[in-house]
Amino acid sequence: MPFRLLKYALKKEHPAPRFFKAHEMPKKSYDVVIIGGGGHGLAAAYYLAKDHGISNVAVLEKGYIGGGNTGRNTAIVRSNYLTPEGVNFYDASVKIYEGLSEELDLNLFYSTRGHFTLAHTESAMRTMRWRAEVNKHVGVESRVVGPDEIAKACPQLDLSCSGQAPILGALFHAPGSIARHDGVAWGYARGADSYGAEIYQNTEVLSIDVKNGKVCGVQTNKGYIETKQVLSAVAGFTPRITEMVGLETPIVIHPLQACVTEPMKPWLDTILVSGSLHVYVSQSSRGELVMGSSLDPYEVHSTRSTLDFVEGLTSHMLDMFPFLSNVKVVRQWAGMADMTPDFAPIMGKTPIEGFYLDAGWGTWGFKATPISGKTMAQTIANDSAPDLIHTFRLSRFEDYELTGEKGAASVGH
Amino acid sequence: MSLRNSYKPGEWINRAKEINFTFEGEAFTAFEGDTISSALWAAGQKVLGRSFKYHRPRGVLSLANHDVNILMTDGTDTNMRADVVEVKDGMTLQAVNTIGGVKKDKNNYIDSISPLLPVGFYYKAFHTPRKLFPFWEHMIRKAAGLGIVNFDYPRILKRKLHTHCDLLIIGAGPSGLTAACKAASAGLQVTLIDENRHLGGSLSYDHGGHKVSAEYGEDLLKKIESLPNITVRVGAYAAGYYPDHFIPIVETGGITKVRAKAVIVASGAFEQPPVFRYNDLPGVMLGSAAQRLIYRYGVKPCHNGIVFTANDYGYRVALDLLAAGANVLAVVDLRAGGNGGLHNLELCKRGVKIYAGHCVYEAVATSDKSKVRGAVICAYDDKNNVALTDNKFTVDCDGIVMSAGWAPAAALLYQAGTAMQFDYDVQQFVPSRLLDGIFAAGKVNGIFELDQRMRDGERAANDALNYLGKLAVNTNAEKHSGGAPSHAYAMVPHPKGKNFVDFDEDIQIKDFENAAKEGFDNIELMKRFTTVGMGPSQGKHSNMNAIRILAKIRGLPVEKIGTTTSRPFFHPTPMGHLGGRGFHPHRLTSLHDWHEAHGAVFTDIGAWKRAAYYPQFGQTKADAIQAEAMAVRKSAGLIDVSSLGKIEVHGPAAAEFLERFFTGKYANQKIGTWRYTLLLDEAGVVVDDGVASRVADDLFYLSIGTANAAMVYREMQRCQQEWRLDIGLVNVTGAFGAINIAGPAAREILSSLTELDLSTEAFPLGHFRETTVANVPTKVIRASFVSDMAYELHSPMRQVPQLWNALMDAGKQKGLRAFGSDTQRLLRLEMGHTIPGIDTDGLTNPYEIGAEWVIKMDKPYFVGQRSLSILSKRPLRKQLVAFTLAANFKGEVPLECNLVIDSGEIAGRVTSISYSKFIDRIIGFAYVAPAKKAVGSSFDIRTDNGLLVAATVVATPFFQLQEA
Repeated sequence: MPFRLLKYALKKEHPAPRFFKAHEMPKKSYDVVIIGGGGHGLAAAYYLAKDHGISNVAVLEKGYIGGGNTGRNTAIVRSNYLTPEGVNFYDASVKIYEGLSEELDLNLFYSTRGHFTLAHTESAMRTMRWRAEVNKHVGVESRVVGPDEIAKACPQLDLSCSGQAPILGALFHAPGSIARHDGVAWGYARGADSYGAEIYQNTEVLSIDVKNGKVCGVQTNKGYIETKQVLSAVAGFTPRITEMVGLETPIVIHPLQACVTEPMKPWLDTILVSGSLHVYVSQSSRGELVMGSSLDPYEVHSTRSTLDFVEGLTSHMLDMFPFLSNVKVVRQWAGMADMTPDFAPIMGKTPIEGFYLDAGWGTWGFKATPISGKTMAQTIANDSAPDLIHTFRLSRFEDYELTGEKGAASVGH
Repeated sequence: MSLRNSYKPGEWINRAKEINFTFEGEAFTAFEGDTISSALWAAGQKVLGRSFKYHRPRGVLSLANHDVNILMTDGTDTNMRADVVEVKDGMTLQAVNTIGGVKKDKNNYIDSISPLLPVGFYYKAFHTPRKLFPFWEHMIRKAAGLGIVNFDYPRILKRKLHTHCDLLIIGAGPSGLTAACKAASAGLQVTLIDENRHLGGSLSYDHGGHKVSAEYGEDLLKKIESLPNITVRVGAYAAGYYPDHFIPIVETGGITKVRAKAVIVASGAFEQPPVFRYNDLPGVMLGSAAQRLIYRYGVKPCHNGIVFTANDYGYRVALDLLAAGANVLAVVDLRAGGNGGLHNLELCKRGVKIYAGHCVYEAVATSDKSKVRGAVICAYDDKNNVALTDNKFTVDCDGIVMSAGWAPAAALLYQAGTAMQFDYDVQQFVPSRLLDGIFAAGKVNGIFELDQRMRDGERAANDALNYLGKLAVNTNAEKHSGGAPSHAYAMVPHPKGKNFVDFDEDIQIKDFENAAKEGFDNIELMKRFTTVGMGPSQGKHSNMNAIRILAKIRGLPVEKIGTTTSRPFFHPTPMGHLGGRGFHPHRLTSLHDWHEAHGAVFTDIGAWKRAAYYPQFGQTKADAIQAEAMAVRKSAGLIDVSSLGKIEVHGPAAAEFLERFFTGKYANQKIGTWRYTLLLDEAGVVVDDGVASRVADDLFYLSIGTANAAMVYREMQRCQQEWRLDIGLVNVTGAFGAINIAGPAAREILSSLTELDLSTEAFPLGHFRETTVANVPTKVIRASFVSDMAYELHSPMRQVPQLWNALMDAGKQKGLRAFGSDTQRLLRLEMGHTIPGIDTDGLTNPYEIGAEWVIKMDKPYFVGQRSLSILSKRPLRKQLVAFTLAANFKGEVPLECNLVIDSGEIAGRVTSISYSKFIDRIIGFAYVAPAKKAVGSSFDIRTDNGLLVAATVVATPFFQLQEA
């Protein structure tokens, strides 16, 4: 049993100090205001202070921290993307994640399980090879494997998928991991708070004050805050925020659903994704199967759940694992995904001076939390986006320089 | 010692039928109708399971489908809920999540080290040093989880039904039953469901020592039976509420999806435990659980019991205990004034000691810690919620029965968008605003007194009738009067803790306090940090207490704390029910049987099963494809292309529609000719290509590639919604089949079966004709996708086999043979044709694949035109080229999607590559840097194993290589 638990147990007064302070009302002004207290916003606040010494920062959260897509995703972290720019970016994220528990001194249960993207058709195999080759090129450990290797990693998987969609092979991505998603938000919140950033929950931004093309403040339900720099790090509500500054983005909102089973003893040690069957699944450290599927096919601004989602998903799960017939689904839920045309995020500066965007995270935001926080902090501190996120700039939609992650981002969040 | 009582009418067991089963190796007998828990309890078995985290012994708590510490496996199934699963003859049961059984669980040491495992402990340790985490994670994963999954469990396909009704009533207790009678009497088609296996709800167990309620129940049930327009489903729960009154009803046999015009939620309330030290010991149970044991299963909860109550309900329970022959040693009432009204008097009369303003300070365990043997009682300051321990005393007992209050079973109401507010008179969240067509009645509506509940059911039925446009008399809403059914804060602090709030996850009061002090002082954050309500019982017995504790910590009223979001499912629901029969739609062409009989290997393209190739006499795939391709090049081949999308565009604006939808021009297209079609998206990305044949001024017949056909048709419909042109779209994909006959002998074979003049002069490339071939009406399209000499024949789907067989017969002497879709891919490659989706990707623009020739920028508009006008001015980033490897290339052949590497960087990738026996070269398409696009320039492809292979850009068609 680790020493620190023993120390903790022997203490009379248990509680550690608050993860983050509870401030009553925001100050009159801040150097930077971050809209959105999810993983991304909190990470940006953390790195602004840690890397750039900017700690006069307010993070404004409409609900509670980590309550949006940070707490709704299926917690998969990977970097097996399709474009070199995408792979490099997500790989940088994976690298930070690997040391993040130590850095934040909070166990995020970052668990490297290996990630298989199953291919059931020749055309899927082609895409797997493409991704593997690009990944290898930039030094990320991904390769195309045959059914034997899949069977070795997951002997319970029915390789014929009940005869419906025989598995021809897979893209194996060794660094594929899962993590406790809430912990990521809490850890960054504690970190940012310790440097002096202020976190306000139940604080909603009502408008953003722009004069002569420059940000000068935000109006909130807790009063007006002066600031010259605003970062929008929200999900599911980006269009509402960009409207406030008169900015247009090609973001549309689709729900993304997920569900979880009762806990069972560990048996699934890898992360499995099937594009053809629209399934991704891993087993949490508590023993639950955490499962998701592709986006709802239509735009809806809602976190409602649907029955046909869970019917379709479980039917395909049973194709893969017929013995789960009597394992029970406890809960289903949904998040709202900001979708972009090329399935890549929108990051960096905007035509409005002092307004920065960290958006369009669709179904791939959790895995990018550390690196997006770091690079957005860099962008705000230097008023200039680093090369790593150049490819994700908003102007790419006018420049016709899209990033093309559709194939790698779609099902395999 | 057996706790089984003698027969009483109304019980759910059949004493005529004995059942034998074993639990952890020990033999037990039960009666048919017993649940596993009731059978074991009757036999005196108190430790039925172990808790999830601390492995503490646990017994009966609710007997209402949330005793999730009592999960069993019978060797086949796992995580079986013993409190509700009926025991069957011959079962061999074992509790899950123990090492060595419930009595001697080797993991029970975890309880004694529980101070080491405070709330959120796993966030605070095991991560440094990083290297050791995998070890700790392994240990934690092993300790966590509940049952062991049985990998041999069969796939069970449960049925699914759809049904409709006027009114769905969820819950068949007094309010639900009354509502059903009222609504059905007024003529509505009513579906009444209840998760229990018999109707009646609390009428079947909450008697307060008398059987008045049972009589009510009998009357109601008789009436229900007499009404033909009530469909009753018992053993059926509403798993969730989805928009527009869509509710899946889950039964053992499957799911029935109900679409109701209106819904009454009469789902009752979950009894909540008071919180005190060791309130989890076997023998400590909820009052309603004790009543269920007594009246449903004929089992005495204990011999000598104490009732610990914080409301009037506990007095009823005490009388039920007496009626069951148990001694009630004390009624301990947390409330300063006590009460219980007439029941109090009756208990006093029968000599039961009542301690008002007292609490059970802690339960006392037997020496083996396996069950309760006594209760420490002391005074309680109900204002400040502290125990006054100065004069505490111990009463020996083998049962503590708890009643502290209720939480509404409001999950479905929440999911239906109901606004709930906290009613301080009832001390419960009650609906304040319901969406149209949703009604609540009974305990879930904050109404507790029996007569009132029945009236509330009738009121809800009247409301529903009004909503549905039937005449009904509006009745006033019931209002609770008297003491609150729930205590505002039934918690007894104890310096040593182990006063459990959430039994699923072993969460104690101090865990909440510590979580709040650490900043998790918002109900959603608290839930996530402490995991309260996240176990399999989904907070049914714990969420309300968690809210109360948080309210107290923050000094806020309960309604300021709010509730966590309720999501499906009401009870955990098996995947086999949800998944049901797998649904894998696929389409077969009318020639499918022929392909099968001729040994075809099939491939899935879109929803279609297509013949990929026909291996002969053990040929390999590659050999079969080369042989089929050679036949096409040397004589002729026949392929079934029935899966092509076929769409007719009718109407005066047909040409206009095509001009807007595709990049080319169609207004001036002559009848009897076809033109190539290229479809882009608004970003100018290549989506699909195909052929448009002009049949008449106002009729085009489009053929579209198999894979994209459904998507293209959908897109056409979407555009038409916006454009509203004077056209109609008819998808005739399934109505027509198609065959392609290709190769030098194609014309001769075809001409033997048709009157049509096939000479080049009469019927050149780019034309089509309507005629009959082998007496089958056929549209003949002179296309050149796989060969310069080829005819695509479109005929009614059912007549395609006739056409196919006639062609086969006619071509036998000429060496005609069938070829499949894989061969087709080689043949089109040899011809130098690209396939969207294979040779393009999600960002490819037409300039990159050399399709400028079909882009008519001088039109007023087409989809993607605006983007192209920008893209056309920009330098290309990549270019698709045809290439070949060196003649007689030996070595590792590159594969599709291997990368093109230029000075160590990615320049592009191979999109198609194949050996062509006819040309005797390896040929393909690849994206290269535009600077490398000239014929004759060379570039490198990196193979899977990292070798660089040189390729040379060539012109298409590739046949020129052969001539060179």
